[in-house]
Amino acid sequence: MVTLTTQEQAMLDGEQGPAVARAMALLVRYADALGAEDFVETNNVAGVPGSASPWMKEYYAADGGDYRAVFSRFDLDSDDVVDVPRMNAFSCHLQGGMDPELWREQGMTEAANANFRYDEEQVAAHGIQLLKTCTPYLAGNVPVMGEHCAWMESSAVVFCNSVVGGRTNCEGRESTSAAMLAKRIPNWGFHRDAYRLGQHSIDVQVSVDDVFDWGLLGYFTGATVEDTIPVLSGAITNPSLIRHKHFGAAAASSGGVEMYHMVGITPEARDLETAFGGPPRGERFVYDAQARRRTWETLNSVGQSTAVDFVMLGCPHYSIEQIALAARLIEGRRVHANCALWIFTSRAVKAMADAGGHTATLRAAGAMLMTDTCSAISQAVPPGTRVAAFDSAKQTHYLPAIMGIEGWFGTTAECIDAACTGVWRGDLA
Amino acid sequence: MSVTALPTRAPDYVIHGRGVVPGITVGEALVTRDTISGWGGVNPMAGKVIESRHELNGVSFADKILVFPGAKGSSGWSSIFHMTRLAGTAPLALLFNVTTTKAALGAVVLRVPALTDFDRDPLALIATGDLLRVNADEGKVEGWRAPR
Repeated sequence: MVTLTTQEQAMLDGEQGPAVARAMALLVRYADALGAEDFVETNNVAGVPGSASPWMKEYYAADGGDYRAVFSRFDLDSDDVVDVPRMNAFSCHLQGGMDPELWREQGMTEAANANFRYDEEQVAAHGIQLLKTCTPYLAGNVPVMGEHCAWMESSAVVFCNSVVGGRTNCEGRESTSAAMLAKRIPNWGFHRDAYRLGQHSIDVQVSVDDVFDWGLLGYFTGATVEDTIPVLSGAITNPSLIRHKHFGAAAASSGGVEMYHMVGITPEARDLETAFGGPPRGERFVYDAQARRRTWETLNSVGQSTAVDFVMLGCPHYSIEQIALAARLIEGRRVHANCALWIFTSRAVKAMADAGGHTATLRAAGAMLMTDTCSAISQAVPPGTRVAAFDSAKQTHYLPAIMGIEGWFGTTAECIDAACTGVWRGDLA
Repeated sequence: MSVTALPTRAPDYVIHGRGVVPGITVGEALVTRDTISGWGGVNPMAGKVIESRHELNGVSFADKILVFPGAKGSSGWSSIFHMTRLAGTAPLALLFNVTTTKAALGAVVLRVPALTDFDRDPLALIATGDLLRVNADEGKVEGWRAPR
């Protein structure tokens, strides 16, 4: 049984009101399920609090069918409906269901948009910041080394743990919503030093020196180590934010990696011994030219026809650096009549893209820069899409399976080229 | 709710583990050696696994005791299984090998008995169709083999 501090017991007993009491009750059940002994305090929570489809609101119709009902009954898994106050922790809403302006282009109905706007007003009214992105670290929430966080979104979780040394498990909707009120999360998993140590080695023997190759290596890593913690060493060069973003998202989707070490690169891997907390343990895997080709072939096994009718970029949400590159690649060209190009980012980054003229450049070429969501999250693709192309291993992993379409994986330049010609010509250099 | 009658003979096997969510239930086992994805891997309205290449692809886990290695994939795992509870397609109980935040939180909001950390591997012992009595309060699973 989890041990509570005096303050936590008081919260559970209702001293801070019924909503905090319900949140604490759920967190106690969760901590006991994990076998956690106590809680850590957190003031950095990212989730999807209270957002609900019309179906879910209808389900809770007898309870009022509103934000209060959904947050009480679903998010806090409470048997009764309570008043939901402003959140206590620094709380952020991750990605949502549609672009706030281009939702018609995404095929959303008026009713769905009205539901979206209602939820968003409620989220803001409850003191939750509308980051509306899978990349909170690009939109105003960058954790620091050792900071205890409670985050959802596997690609953000792996970034937080691995790249900046923040501490979070892969939380769910109910635990993050409860943590927004109680400012607590079970002291288990990645909050604890011993859990963060490497478990297997990956020896990188082929040069990995662009964002595309970082993505391939990430997809290989997840497929190889599944949900354990890999320690990578060898020919990995020139780390950058977008390279880590692509690597982590790929590793999280192919295997469930929630933390990785790169020797001499990531902050808890000064050397091999630090990364493992002693001599290397587990298995040793090799990433060489054959492994690289096999990974590329696996990702491209969902592609048959080279007639591409949809190109989707921005998984995880594009950074300003990536948007600027896409704009430069497409400047003076046009998206082919048989194809569509959608690029996804956060609202914060889109504001920068607007200011820098990139949104206009993309629009002039027939591409659309969208925020808040992505094709996989909103299940939105242009009508009649049969064959899509991506520069994201993660999106290639998910979208073809979700939508029953074909998919290709390649570089950003290959994707832009496909968008402008309607033909996939990707190849492994 | 399960209304399955238990055999009068002694169980064919007994496994001990750690209770994740308390409770007692009786039902039929559905066993998979593949880890399960929630978001993108399960259709909560149908209570079915929908992941292509999954050995349970298209199979319903509603009212079954789901025996699986663990949870994988998106952080939406708990809310997808939470939705199965709302839709009336939830499993009766969960038995899993590896504890993750996804599986633990999912079991909590499903509000079904759940166990992990077993003394014997449930995947090696339990077969689909076996009749199980899950007692998460005492950390015990009793099984009766289906004729096969």
